[in-house]
Amino acid sequence: MLLIRCPWCGEREETEFHYGGQAHVAYPADPEALSDQEWAEYLFFRDNPKGAFTERWVHSSGCRRWFNAVRDTATSEFIVEGR
Amino acid sequence: MRLPTGGRIDRATTLRFTLDGVERTGFAGDTLASAMLAGGVLAVAPSLYQRRPRGIVTAGVEEPNALVQVDGEPSLTATTVELVDGLTASTVSGVGRLSPLDGQVHDKKYVHTDVLVIGGGPAGLAAALAASAGGARVMLVDDQPSLGGSLLSDVTVLPWVSSAVADLSARPEVRVLTRATAFGYYDSNYVLVAQKRRLWHVRARRVVLATGAHERPLVFEDNDLPGIMSASAVRTYVNRYAVLPGRRVVVQTTNDSAYETAFDLTSAGARVVSILDTRLEPPADLVARATELGIEVRADRLVRRAQGSSRITAVSTQDYDLGCDLLAVSGGWSPVVHLFSQSRGTLRWDNTLAAFMPDTATQANRVVGAANGVYGLAEALAEGAAAGSEAASLVGFPGAEPELPPVASREATPPRPVWQVPSDPARCFVDLQRDATVADVLRATGAGMRSPEHVKRYTTIGTGADQGRTSNIPALGVIAAALGLSSPGELGTTTFRAPYAPVSFALMAGRNRGALHDPVRTTPIHPWHVEAGAVFEDVGQWKRPRFYPRAGEDMDAAVLRECHAARTGVGVQDASTLGKIEVVGADAGEFLNRMYTNAFKKLPIGSARYGMMCGPDGMVLDDGVTMRLAEDRFSVTTTTGGAAKVLDWFEEWAQTEWPTLDVTFTSVTEQWSTIAVVGPRSRAVVGRLAPSLDVSNEAFPFMTFRNTVLHNGIPARIARISFSGELAYEVNVASWYGLATWRAVLAEDDITPYGTEAMHVLRAEKGFPIVGQDTDGTVTPHDLGMSWIVSTRKDFVGRRSLRRPDAVRPDRKHLVGLLPVDPTIVLPEGTQLIAQNVPLTPPVPMLGHVTSSYRSAALGRGFALALVKGGRTRIGETVVAPLGDTLIEATITEPVFYDKEGARRDG
Repeated sequence: MLLIRCPWCGEREETEFHYGGQAHVAYPADPEALSDQEWAEYLFFRDNPKGAFTERWVHSSGCRRWFNAVRDTATSEFIVEGR
Repeated sequence: MRLPTGGRIDRATTLRFTLDGVERTGFAGDTLASAMLAGGVLAVAPSLYQRRPRGIVTAGVEEPNALVQVDGEPSLTATTVELVDGLTASTVSGVGRLSPLDGQVHDKKYVHTDVLVIGGGPAGLAAALAASAGGARVMLVDDQPSLGGSLLSDVTVLPWVSSAVADLSARPEVRVLTRATAFGYYDSNYVLVAQKRRLWHVRARRVVLATGAHERPLVFEDNDLPGIMSASAVRTYVNRYAVLPGRRVVVQTTNDSAYETAFDLTSAGARVVSILDTRLEPPADLVARATELGIEVRADRLVRRAQGSSRITAVSTQDYDLGCDLLAVSGGWSPVVHLFSQSRGTLRWDNTLAAFMPDTATQANRVVGAANGVYGLAEALAEGAAAGSEAASLVGFPGAEPELPPVASREATPPRPVWQVPSDPARCFVDLQRDATVADVLRATGAGMRSPEHVKRYTTIGTGADQGRTSNIPALGVIAAALGLSSPGELGTTTFRAPYAPVSFALMAGRNRGALHDPVRTTPIHPWHVEAGAVFEDVGQWKRPRFYPRAGEDMDAAVLRECHAARTGVGVQDASTLGKIEVVGADAGEFLNRMYTNAFKKLPIGSARYGMMCGPDGMVLDDGVTMRLAEDRFSVTTTTGGAAKVLDWFEEWAQTEWPTLDVTFTSVTEQWSTIAVVGPRSRAVVGRLAPSLDVSNEAFPFMTFRNTVLHNGIPARIARISFSGELAYEVNVASWYGLATWRAVLAEDDITPYGTEAMHVLRAEKGFPIVGQDTDGTVTPHDLGMSWIVSTRKDFVGRRSLRRPDAVRPDRKHLVGLLPVDPTIVLPEGTQLIAQNVPLTPPVPMLGHVTSSYRSAALGRGFALALVKGGRTRIGETVVAPLGDTLIEATITEPVFYDKEGARRDG
């Protein structure tokens, strides 16, 4: 079980968090203007790198805040954590 | 045989125990195995598959043979069971039998520590002393009853051990766990430790692994005979337990360590016939000591075959036989790298030590002592002390080199490993517990397998309860030899996985069993339901009354009566479990507009509106009624099971996509009790309950709410909301008034409480879907026939998906009604639906399935809701529900069965 440093609460057990997938996939400003292909890419397509990955976490059993983190998907090491 | 003197046992305390029905005795300090050996019991249950005689082989956790069932606990090893008075054990082949827990309590403890030292042998003790010297929190974990590790097997225990233990126990920040096995090493230095019935969850900033080494067996013909033991185990039995496992002993070794066994056996009065050493030149100093003691040492010698039927009587070497009743074997040493490997540390093969060694750590740990291939006592002590000191300084505490005992250092002569002898491969055992032989390995490699992972699964070697602690490396040696490789190093190991030692499910579960398995949520009105004899169902974690049977009623009868009351008189339901979220802020309306398919921004204060929510994929996520309490304040209700999910959903979108919106969310589910008052007579009931409220349809229309005070002084928020199609009210009060309000409603004449089952029937008669029952994450609002709720004038989450090509396919599954042609039939929910006259040879094309199905009091028949491909174009068609061998015909209808024009809503 990972020990995750919540930017607001400090280090807490992984069970207090939920994973939110890849970060920086913004909700399109005007979804209606997108083609089916573009909308499908927003909806379904995500990166899956081995190594550093920018992703979202939420401290759901704590402060309930969302934050971004860079995690190494091969080692589960949190490389960069920020608010 | 018990020796007259010596040993770390308390001869003043005799313990009685029963083994396989025979009463025996031992001493305090014995293990079950040492007491058995003291009583002359070497044999254990025969092997699992070949039923060959087997005996005790080791003195520790690596034991493959001596499986016992102790006082109802299965699959323990006699070598690790501490003897206690009154213990009852039976030897078992392979598997034991679980017994009920009988009130046994298993517990968990969660601790954080600066430094965790695993293993209380010389290296671990030195590490713990060094790490704790400067005030760091240190935890030392060891699986034995007392600390000392390998030192406990010496003739006399180094006095330093007791002074080290005393020093550690005097330090307030040190916690020592004995009889505690660290069995799992997970991410971020998270280590699980089993200590009898307590499971420790340990989070450590640094870990020092001083887990020792296991002695390996040798693979030769009939190497499974009772009386063949690990040489180090023999030494442990002699010195620690004062037990002589044999009187005429042959020692077979590939390395220096077994010489000490021979010497100590001789001192204890046994006759060591011969030391057979695989090495061409055994070390001169050891040979000299052996000669002094009258022990013959033979170089370049290897046992090829053991003789005997139920116990060893002789061994055969290349050219001669030796009579014996005990063969002490050392096939070399394997560092216990299990936990290090679990921590994702990498291993490397060391050709000189002939062992897999820790290589690169990926977590904050260090391996010391025998676990790191450092077998010399002086070197292990020094390495442990250095690692302990380093660990302390890495976490910000001064480490200090502890006082170490002066011990002589001796240069070891490298071992000469042997992986296989030329004998009958079907009688050369590689894994005793799995009864797997060299022949099994050859069958695997002969079939073309090259990877140890494949051979392991094909032969089952290493898959027993002992997880191949003694068999893995010999198996790799045999595989390597079969493949013409020079050493196991060219193969690599199989993966080490937790648990290192068997752990019971009861320990994992702890107290989270039975009623404590999952939290149980009840409403403030719950005591009344219990008193009324309600039958409950679980909805998420909530207990909800399903129906209230009267004497002699079954569920069908009770539900028909409850439905009838709600349609003709007044029914009441405890609806407090509905999720309730207050959405507050200047942008609360805008936020709800973006989340729901329909609009809320312009909802008037005092009004309520049903809303539906989709995921970005356009599939229905949740639904419920929202009331506008003030310009900047809404009260949202969710499904009972969806409350937490919807709150998380709101938070996610508000925080991550629209952080500039002024909106906050508060769960108020537990703060309100909600009572649904339903039926044509409900207006009169609510009128008397809230005398100051004008309940006329004109003053208090559908989908509005009013704040009022009930006749008993309780403040209430009453809404006109209907989930049944009938005239209905929801009375919301502060949860602490819930029970009093419920009683006040029930004080009226002829009120029928109803449960979730009747509620489901009433709403299904009206074709109202339940999210999660009539939908499953693949259903859009259009599929439900609810296009009216999808706004065309604003964006909302999921809107764009509703015109994806997949979302507008004409053959999507639509929610429709279904009437069995035979009105007495109630189709089981989940029943598949197929077309008429299709051949019933698989694969039969499926049209859809039944999502809700009930018997209706109002309709006087069975009816159902179903998701059917292109369902709305099939209204009036007949489909077939195959139920076992019978085919049941049903007609597709509109999903609204009762009061289609909605005449009953306003009373």
